[in-house]
Amino acid sequence: MNNEQAKIISELSGTNAKQCMKCGKCSGRCPMFDSMDIKPHQFVSLIAKGQTDKLLESKSIWYCLSCMACVERCPRGVAPAAVIEAVRESVIRVQGQNQLKAEEVPQFVDPEFPQQILVSAFRKYNR
Amino acid sequence: MQRIGVFVCWCGSNIAATVDVKRVAETLGQEPGVVYSADYQYMCSENGQQLIKTAIKEHGLTGIVVCSCSPRMHEATFRKTAESAGLNPYMVEIANIREQVSWIHKDIEEATVKAIILGRTAIAKLLLNTPLTAGETGVTKRALVIGGGIAGIQTALDIAEAGYEVDIVEQRPTIGGRMAQLDKTFPTLDCAACILTPKMVDCAQNEKIDILSYSEVEEVKGFVGNFTVKIRKKARYIDEKKCTGCGICMSVCPSKKGLNEFNMNLNNRPAAYIPFAQAIPNVAVIDPEQCIKLKTGKCGLCSMKCEAKAIDYTQQDSFVERNYGAIVVATGFKIADLKYFNEYGYADNKDVITSLELERLMNAAGPTKGTLLRPSDNTHPHVITFIQCVGSRDISGCGKPYCSKICCMYTAKHAMLIREKYPDTEVHVFYIDVRTPGKNYDEFYRRAVEQYDVDYIKGMVGKVYNENGKLMVQGSDLLSNEQITIASDLVVLAAAIEPEPSVRKIATLLTTSIDTNNFLTEAHAKLRPVESPTAGIFLSGMCQGPKDIPETVSQASACAAKVIGLLAKDKLKCNPCVSISDDSMCIGCGTCANVCPYGAITYVDKEFRLGGGKTEVRRVASVNEAVCQGCGACTVACPSGAIDLKGFTTKQIMAEVEAVCKR
Repeated sequence: MNNEQAKIISELSGTNAKQCMKCGKCSGRCPMFDSMDIKPHQFVSLIAKGQTDKLLESKSIWYCLSCMACVERCPRGVAPAAVIEAVRESVIRVQGQNQLKAEEVPQFVDPEFPQQILVSAFRKYNR
Repeated sequence: MQRIGVFVCWCGSNIAATVDVKRVAETLGQEPGVVYSADYQYMCSENGQQLIKTAIKEHGLTGIVVCSCSPRMHEATFRKTAESAGLNPYMVEIANIREQVSWIHKDIEEATVKAIILGRTAIAKLLLNTPLTAGETGVTKRALVIGGGIAGIQTALDIAEAGYEVDIVEQRPTIGGRMAQLDKTFPTLDCAACILTPKMVDCAQNEKIDILSYSEVEEVKGFVGNFTVKIRKKARYIDEKKCTGCGICMSVCPSKKGLNEFNMNLNNRPAAYIPFAQAIPNVAVIDPEQCIKLKTGKCGLCSMKCEAKAIDYTQQDSFVERNYGAIVVATGFKIADLKYFNEYGYADNKDVITSLELERLMNAAGPTKGTLLRPSDNTHPHVITFIQCVGSRDISGCGKPYCSKICCMYTAKHAMLIREKYPDTEVHVFYIDVRTPGKNYDEFYRRAVEQYDVDYIKGMVGKVYNENGKLMVQGSDLLSNEQITIASDLVVLAAAIEPEPSVRKIATLLTTSIDTNNFLTEAHAKLRPVESPTAGIFLSGMCQGPKDIPETVSQASACAAKVIGLLAKDKLKCNPCVSISDDSMCIGCGTCANVCPYGAITYVDKEFRLGGGKTEVRRVASVNEAVCQGCGACTVACPSGAIDLKGFTTKQIMAEVEAVCKR
């Protein structure tokens, strides 16, 4: 149980998982349903329960097409795709993973890059 | 000089936990004019009231302030208490220290100070109160029921049974409403028409009941006990008195393209028609949009064939004006629009239908004579999928936030009837929750599952699409955690219900309140469920909220009981807190009459003495105290300050404001 993480994910997604009435319409509509180990409706339900560990390990987050069909059709104003996106971001941002090392940066730098991009990239990935 | 008593209620711990009641009583006891103050655990209890009565007598009180809950709760109680101790009931003021203080504050010091201020405010007002006497008005012993569905019919029958006259105004050409369209009724599966039409006939034959069909309420004036209502009788182009309902006009009418509303537009009807065989009144009507004679002037076939000579193409809308003591709203419901739900393909596929359309397809008097054939090709559907909660419990903005209540039961009914009549049919039901509270309801639903083998799938449908003539219903099966697709021949949507749209106009005419979903608001959700907050207006059936037939009939009878209670009175006590105009200050400008929502103000020419034997005639405002509801709009609008509201005079309000501001 990781409530803090669940809170962060909820905030990032801007969705209130408690509004979900467990109808499963999101999973009924999802075009990638069969490829997902954790289904869209389960994302919402696990966030509501604060069980984020399973989500962070899930392969589903890399299968979601962000087609937003689940968001469009949800009768309760819940956005499963936004939750998936937030989990994806959380995984990317976890310290020690996927970060950009300062010494590796120069080889990618294009002189045309605005400085701001570099600064924000460091902020985002090099905690 | 007044002698005021202050009574501070603890309301158990409701007030006493947050407000120092002893300190409130002591501090207010020091106020000028106050000769007695006390606190008590429950002021509204028998003992609490006795305390007030004793104090009034022993201390010779001329007015009392009760610091307690909202005046909406117990003002009437304490007025009665005061009256029984010989005080004028309008010498009672309530300081609301529960809803406005203890329930919303946490800090005891802050709450206590505020309670003292509110108490002081009430004292300031009471010092300027004068005893008021309520007048009386008569009651017109006749009721109006707006809407002729099962709710309106039951209410009208019950009122008539008690011996009072009732008029039913129905906007459609016949009474019967939605129930007349249904095939069978749950949970007993008796046919809707078999139980409804005898009641319709009772209405027609009851000499106390007058049915004004194809009519609408146009204007409402007056107040409880004395309403005057103008009713528009829409032109039928047929003389109701002459028409025998033989139906010859229907068979000869060459215009057959009108959509049959009674059959949910599933087939067509002629321009001259009787909605259904058992219609009451059994009188035809001509649809001016479809009638060739009315549109082009050429035709007149029905007129030539009509033996009763009932056809009258020149008929115009006519108006009747009648007086009523009480008005019942029974406007009913309709199926909500599905335009925001294109995932179910309702607009694109003829074989995606609503449950009400299915009722007509299964009804022996319907377009298929009761044989279940799908609309696109008139073949028998072998796989039927039901989808529940279409547009209900939806807070996305596309649907309705409420549960429509009846869908779980009628879907179980449809599924069962289909499996009974056509055992070779596969029936699937997608559900979110199955809600079947009610006598014999859950047993009914379980029968559908256990005896009739209906396949209930926990999950919602994501989309319906057409593939090679099959309707592919894709949804989730949450219990097996799968996404499934069912190739179906017919898809039935349990669409949300919503109040009949005309109720908005009616609520405005009646100055009664309506909620965000267009359901009419009751006076009290639990304790006064069939009365509206506007005196003399009552609610019956679906206009107040979703409900099934048994519940509608119970509510309709409850509503009738309330109406009978009102009509049985010979006199009604009026509210004495009404407007009064000071002739010497009135300039006759007409502003107050313009803002008065009740039409209570008229103008009269009055003769005034100028002195020296001279007189002058001036136009001044005159308030009909029986009509005035004491809203106070006129007092605000009056430019010369001539109009004042008894019990809430400008002086009293200003004294209250000063008391609030004083530190």
